[in-house]
Amino acid sequence: MTAVTRENGVGGAFRRGWDSDLAYSFRRSKVTMLAGAITFLFISAALFAPWVAPHNPYDMANVSLLDAFTPPAWEDGGDARFLLGTDDLGRDVLSTIIYGSRISLGVGFASVLIAATLGISLGLISGYVGGKTDAIIMRIAEVQLSFPDILIALLIDGTLRSFIGPGTHGNIAFVVVISAISLAYWVQYARTVRGATMVEKNKEYIQAARVIGRSSIYIMLRHLLPNVMGPVLVIATISLALAIVTEATLSFLGVGVPPTQPSLGTLIRVGNDFLFSGEWWITIFPGAALAIMGLSVNLLGDWLRDALNPKLR
Amino acid sequence: MLAFIFRRILQSIVVMLGVALVSFSLFTYVGDPITNLVGIQSSDEQRAQLRESLGLDDPVLVQFARFVGRAARLEFGISYQQKRKVVDIIAERLPATLELSMLSALLALTLGVPMGIYTALHRDSWFSHLLLSLSLIGVSLPTFLIGITLIYIFAVQLNMLPSFGRGEVVHLGFWSTGLLTASGLKATIMPAITLALFQMTLIMRLVRAEMLEVLRTDYIKFARARGLTNRSIRFGHALKNTLVPVITITGLQLGSIMAFAIITETVFQWPGLGLMFIQAINEVDIPVMSAYLLLIACFFVIINLIVDLLYFAVDPRLRVGREAAAGRSPT
Repeated sequence: MTAVTRENGVGGAFRRGWDSDLAYSFRRSKVTMLAGAITFLFISAALFAPWVAPHNPYDMANVSLLDAFTPPAWEDGGDARFLLGTDDLGRDVLSTIIYGSRISLGVGFASVLIAATLGISLGLISGYVGGKTDAIIMRIAEVQLSFPDILIALLIDGTLRSFIGPGTHGNIAFVVVISAISLAYWVQYARTVRGATMVEKNKEYIQAARVIGRSSIYIMLRHLLPNVMGPVLVIATISLALAIVTEATLSFLGVGVPPTQPSLGTLIRVGNDFLFSGEWWITIFPGAALAIMGLSVNLLGDWLRDALNPKLR
Repeated sequence: MLAFIFRRILQSIVVMLGVALVSFSLFTYVGDPITNLVGIQSSDEQRAQLRESLGLDDPVLVQFARFVGRAARLEFGISYQQKRKVVDIIAERLPATLELSMLSALLALTLGVPMGIYTALHRDSWFSHLLLSLSLIGVSLPTFLIGITLIYIFAVQLNMLPSFGRGEVVHLGFWSTGLLTASGLKATIMPAITLALFQMTLIMRLVRAEMLEVLRTDYIKFARARGLTNRSIRFGHALKNTLVPVITITGLQLGSIMAFAIITETVFQWPGLGLMFIQAINEVDIPVMSAYLLLIACFFVIINLIVDLLYFAVDPRLRVGREAAAGRSPT
């Protein structure tokens, strides 16, 4: 993904981040390479789900109740058509996992994007403008930091849900979940960007830009933003893992994405009901997928942080 | 210093008012409270009368002030679903959550601190590496997955422990405890471990990092030069100094244990406040939700305030650093 960006030469900030040192440290760490490969696998499976998945689990024409509760292929009574077995409605578990990763990753990326945009903007404004604006934004950030992220997400989710009403289904549920997660994770970006901005804004090139009459917005976007992108990238990767886990948790608690478009968390929640009757594969496989996905993205984030070594904390 | 404390308290009040505003607007703007109270047959006149007697025609600010006043007196109204006073429901469920949280905190501390010390002192042993790798998994696995895995292993496969509920509880006045009966104890094991695991890994990593830092300082070198025993250096000098941040962070973690209890309680159907909150969201039970919001915010604000004040009491170095940081004008 990143390599392509480099060849095309788009995004100067991205290219600067992707220097040879970084590539070298990636090649050197086997764990990172494995994590990278797994993440890549998940992302491509999610992107090309309709072509990769052996079945379309949400096309009712393809699903037969007669296939319900088929155990994984290697167990007694397994069916070669369903490698990881089927759920209570006869849907192929492997396919639901692939489609579920699609939802999980989609919500994760969307939340990270919105959280980053919000956090970077507020951080830039806070750092560049200073004064009262800065004080207010940072107080809010401080208050939010004293609560755990997951609690913030849950409280925002619950509140939004009640405002919208009990029929929080369909696409509105996605909006609720994504806003809840992004509002829970903007603080990190804002604080980091603010710190970096305060360092950068006194440098000569910014003063020069100001002298030749550039507007504040232009300076923030064209001069400051590219220089604070390194740490932002690290936070984005780490918070992608957090966002995926948070979404899964919300969906597991039944206040996440709509049940008609299940994410990994929803699958685990649904499968959980069948754990006691012995159909363990319905919940354990999505659980494992979620764990592996979360761990891989986390490891990638850790590596990126060590490799870029921005003074994060 | 006094100014700092004053500012912190003021900030806490602002936070509480902010949360109160959210809960108040939940009450006011979600649905019509009158519809929730009266039957379908009531006439428009009766509704208008009720509306007036409840003060729902007053200006918003007056209503908000009244709401805050009532909340301060713990009057949160009546649950839409259970038709009981919210205070009673909370009082009934609070012991379950507090018991679980305290037990987990205790577990996290008693296991996390020794593990942290061990991994710091024996940095290269295989056991340390194992603990550290496991802690990475512990940090990145979502709480509910850990819970489900435990249920699958110990309840479904081995059939050793109950998978839901609190077991038998004993009522001691207003408090109900599950720690005095065998079934209650058994039911507590898995939820407590699930809830403790994340904090345990956190405490372990924290103790390890602090310990490594302290062991590098000059006064430890001097202690060594004086010929003190390893034991006295490690536990008398090094450990003592690592405990300051550990205590404060553990204090802060108590809050997040309460938060993660929501997830653990849902997994194990533990009849505590967290499960109550999730049910309230799903049933749009506004009085319960808003009471929980206020309660948890209050809890956090108090914990943070205490921890901040403890900083001053415990560590004179921080006093200087903090004041310098607070005094720096944000330019």
